[in-house]
Amino acid sequence: MNPYAIRTSSLRRDFGPIHAVDDLSLEIAAGTVFGFLGPNGAGKTTTIRLLLGLLEPTGGRAEVLGFDTRAQADSIREKSGALLEYNGLYERMTAEDNLEFYGRVWHMSKADRQARIHGLLTDMGLWERRQEAVGTWSRGMKQKLAVARTLLHRPALIFMDEPTAGLDPVAAAALRDDLTALAAREGVTIFLTSHNLAEAEKLCQHVGVINKGRLLAIGTLDELRAHNEAPRVEITGNGFSEAILSNLRSRPEVRGVAAGDGKLTIELRAGVPTAPLVRLLVTSGAEVEEVRKSKASLEELFLTLLEEEAETPGVSKMPGV
Amino acid sequence: MIADILTVALKEIKELPYLRRDKSRTNLFTLLIFVGVFGIFLPLQTGKEWVSSPLNLLYWAWLPFMLVGTTMVDAFAGERERHTLETLLASRLSDRAILFGKILAGIIYGLAMTLMCILLGLVTVNVAFGRDGLLFFPLAIGLGILAVVLLISTLASGLGVLVSLRAGSVRQAQQTFTIAYFVLFIPLMVIPMLPEAVMQPVLQFLMQTDFTTIAIGAGVIVALLDVALILAALARFRRARLILD
Repeated sequence: MNPYAIRTSSLRRDFGPIHAVDDLSLEIAAGTVFGFLGPNGAGKTTTIRLLLGLLEPTGGRAEVLGFDTRAQADSIREKSGALLEYNGLYERMTAEDNLEFYGRVWHMSKADRQARIHGLLTDMGLWERRQEAVGTWSRGMKQKLAVARTLLHRPALIFMDEPTAGLDPVAAAALRDDLTALAAREGVTIFLTSHNLAEAEKLCQHVGVINKGRLLAIGTLDELRAHNEAPRVEITGNGFSEAILSNLRSRPEVRGVAAGDGKLTIELRAGVPTAPLVRLLVTSGAEVEEVRKSKASLEELFLTLLEEEAETPGVSKMPGV
Repeated sequence: MIADILTVALKEIKELPYLRRDKSRTNLFTLLIFVGVFGIFLPLQTGKEWVSSPLNLLYWAWLPFMLVGTTMVDAFAGERERHTLETLLASRLSDRAILFGKILAGIIYGLAMTLMCILLGLVTVNVAFGRDGLLFFPLAIGLGILAVVLLISTLASGLGVLVSLRAGSVRQAQQTFTIAYFVLFIPLMVIPMLPEAVMQPVLQFLMQTDFTTIAIGAGVIVALLDVALILAALARFRRARLILD
């Protein structure tokens, strides 16, 4: 069995002078949820279109589920499911007819089709409303139905382009829970694009960050943090005098210090232990009530990567890129 | 392949006006007006000639052309506008299955709607004028009508799909189709207005030529046009272009 669901090598797609996807090399293991992150216009949707064989690459190559995207796009589409930028539902048709149509498209037997439609719509809480025209539904319900359609034929790989975009927070959280549960149950590979970093943090085991068509970083969240993290210590207490602060600022392992409202935030260089700093504070006369080490959020990592890219375009500081 | 074509055609039919399963009163009302005009009003106006005149072949050519063409311009442009096209293209369906499925839906739609009007028209004519016996199309005209409806439905469906493939929006597709309609049908309307000096030799030729020969000749021309339009649509169908247009 192919251990990789997706492999690309120097994949490129130009639109005139614009490099929508530029020198993209990825390896995504089968059975994982991969988050492809980037701001609007970063090249996420174009990458999905390239991987589905809907667009021809200008250069490089890509293999999806072991099939070449140029020569075997039909085979890729046969074994994949896609929830693209728009939900793609036929709004004048009923929910059941929408799923029935795509069940027929994937040559599911009538019995399998009916059982699967019943199961998915029940899981999504939509079974009772299956006979209604989709156009009358809320955006959240439509998106759930689109997810059901994407999973209908039990694809080995699912592409999801901003699956919670435009949903209210409650609907987005519910959909995220459904996705997590369904992905775990179905055991499929999910390639998810998003600019919602909190969502990616909850859903994805691996992430890649793309901007202006270029891959800036790829790895697990911990790998990205380990490389990019500026460890931070938050200390609650009092007596953080100006003398203590300037003493801290002068130390080589400290990158920055901020104090206010009984709270001291110290930004450290990577790999530095915090205990000597706490000892220094106590011996200098500060009262320490609580010490908390915090991890950089994905959002902070993302912004750092974008800043680095803006400072030195095309020079990645991340491993695996 | 055949199963895929039928799947696409069935989906298209479920979305077509009059046939889709929505409960809108507007939909039912427009269907009643359509059937009332072509199945009751016009047969009453025309009388017994409604079944006996060969000139009615032109009438049965115009009806499915307008009906199918104006609907099929929605085939790709409408899917693009409603953001359903990319999901369809990302499915396992082949280019030909999508294209032929949509064309087949147009043909079925044209046949179904026209035959419904014909059947109702026959009932109307017989109820109104059939005191001396059953009124029905002579065999040649009956077969001619079936052939005309089939060929013209295919023509309109192929043309509508081709126009729809090239158009950026449904509105643009409708405008282009209207131009095509005028190009095809204006000459037929203009012929009777031509000066007698021009008309005389044409009429003489038509009088001397067997009606069946003219009908078969016209049928062959339309059939060739059908094939040409379908081939043009096949050549035009490119997934990348449909997504990026």
